[in-house]
Amino acid sequence: MITLSVKDLKKRIGKKEIIKGIDIELYEGEVFGFLGPNGAGKTTTIRMLTGLIRPTSGSISICGYDLQTDFTKAMMHLGCIVENPELYPFLSGYDNLVHFARMIPGFRNERLREVIDLVGLSERIHDKVKTYSLGMRQRLGIAQALLGKPKVLILDEPTNGLDPAGIREMRQFIRELAKNEGLSVLVSSHLLSEIQLLCDRVAIISKGAVIQTDTVQALLSSQERMIWRVEPFQQAKEILGTFTEVQEAEDSLITEFDSDKAGLWSRELVNSGVRIIEMNRRLPALEDLFLELTGGDRIE
Amino acid sequence: MNNLIQNEMLKLLARKRLIVVGGILAILVVLFTYAQYQTVQTQLKKLGTTDWRTTLQQQIIDTQNRLANSRIPDDFKKELEVRVKQQQYYLDNDINPAEPGAPSFTKEFMENSIDLLLPLMIMVIASDLVSSEFSMGSIKLLLTRPVKRWKILLSKYITLLLAISLIIAMMGLVSYLISGVVFGYKGWTAPAFSGFRITEAGFDSSGASIIPQWQFILMDFGVVWFAAVVVGTLSFMVSVLIRSTAAGMGIILALLIAGAILSNMVSSWTSAKYFFMLNMRLTDYLNGSPPPIEGMTLSFSLLVLTVWWLLALVISFTVFTKKDIY
Repeated sequence: MITLSVKDLKKRIGKKEIIKGIDIELYEGEVFGFLGPNGAGKTTTIRMLTGLIRPTSGSISICGYDLQTDFTKAMMHLGCIVENPELYPFLSGYDNLVHFARMIPGFRNERLREVIDLVGLSERIHDKVKTYSLGMRQRLGIAQALLGKPKVLILDEPTNGLDPAGIREMRQFIRELAKNEGLSVLVSSHLLSEIQLLCDRVAIISKGAVIQTDTVQALLSSQERMIWRVEPFQQAKEILGTFTEVQEAEDSLITEFDSDKAGLWSRELVNSGVRIIEMNRRLPALEDLFLELTGGDRIE
Repeated sequence: MNNLIQNEMLKLLARKRLIVVGGILAILVVLFTYAQYQTVQTQLKKLGTTDWRTTLQQQIIDTQNRLANSRIPDDFKKELEVRVKQQQYYLDNDINPAEPGAPSFTKEFMENSIDLLLPLMIMVIASDLVSSEFSMGSIKLLLTRPVKRWKILLSKYITLLLAISLIIAMMGLVSYLISGVVFGYKGWTAPAFSGFRITEAGFDSSGASIIPQWQFILMDFGVVWFAAVVVGTLSFMVSVLIRSTAAGMGIILALLIAGAILSNMVSSWTSAKYFFMLNMRLTDYLNGSPPPIEGMTLSFSLLVLTVWWLLALVISFTVFTKKDIY
């Protein structure tokens, strides 16, 4: 089931079109990555999805409700954290949750306990938020996003500023939410490693447009490479060059990976007297993939 | 809507703004009470009597002496003439103009704080009601709820109105209770004058009537509340328009002070009367002090303030509901 559907979303500020037509569809129970370098338009897009910025054109619908025309109903099914969860530091965690719960029509108070237990904040919930660590604030942020039992959860850079243990914990937590509660989670990040570990599908965004959307696995395997360490180098390069495109690395040759042909090529090499030291199939990191897709658009 | 107002109140109270305002008021009232007490003491020493008739007579003579000085400006001269006539009227009718007691202190305190002190207190609350959400970043959480934006702003505005009413009530109560310790709590039924009119010809008491002090104080509170609401709404608008609370406060503060300065200078620049700052001293119309620009009346000032109020409200709501939040 499609929970979030974005069609041809555009945003123009002045004469500059900063979002140039984004299409996304999110399914129930999946974690969807939104990947792009800083300044690619991730945050602007997310702010449009959460109703903070009005799109110039295009439509956003959450569980079938249009965000522009049916704002309240659409927002009933959406939970989000945009950038950092900036909760009120002068209130306790509990009062913060009560505050946001009061804004949900028909809220049942048992939900408050459920959410607090879910994020594991029961012990410190009555302390003032200004005494919380960043990780606790992040968890409280998630708690407030889950108050209304949303179907779609949007998290903007959820692991920003967390320590490695916190990042792992957060990742597990998000995966569990998608699996156990059937939530669609949209996670934006500029960290490829994070998306690779966390997401089922990913959309790569650069300069305000989605370059590619696919499952993480499919995206990676389409870019699989074969590494050849061979001797003599030049001769091998010529032979392989007759079959496919060859790139030269420091001490090895790189070709595409094709399970049908790899054997054939290696036989040709051996027959011509080339010594094969190592053949290695390599899945590229999303990093390389990204560079390739965006043509070198910078990413951290 | 009730839930939203409850939320705003929760935040307002948690930040202890109202307590600060209450504290400032209490300290100031103590200060003014002491000052007033000292004035009374000095007068006592000078005149050697507490009889107000003698004091009043002396004041009239003082003022007349000043009037005899040809070097005082025309405006001021007119004001002094009016004052003499008022004082003479009090004397002739056997009415003590400064009936000592907490009620008259309260009345005077309200009248003197209407154009600067009270607006400042209101500003402290109003100017960060919206902008603080922006500077804290919590606006992103607030506006991603299943609640329309105008409702959120309206709940904030209603909270502001409640806070204004609370501050004014607090002001009245604090000044009454504290000054009463020194001056006594009596004097609610003392006669007070209302309906003086300052016209081209000067002092006109044809429409004047004597009403009990409490009634006069009630009228004072009414206009004070109105002026406070207008200033509060303007600060509220600035708070919507400008992210920085400090800058917002600065703007309102500058306007208020400019108003105080202008009102002493603009008697010949008549179009200045459309500034809201020059229409703030509504209590002056009630107690018969001359307006900063000739021809200004209570209804004129109320009208001008209403227009500013409406404008501020419309701008606040349109901007807030349309604004892109970055």
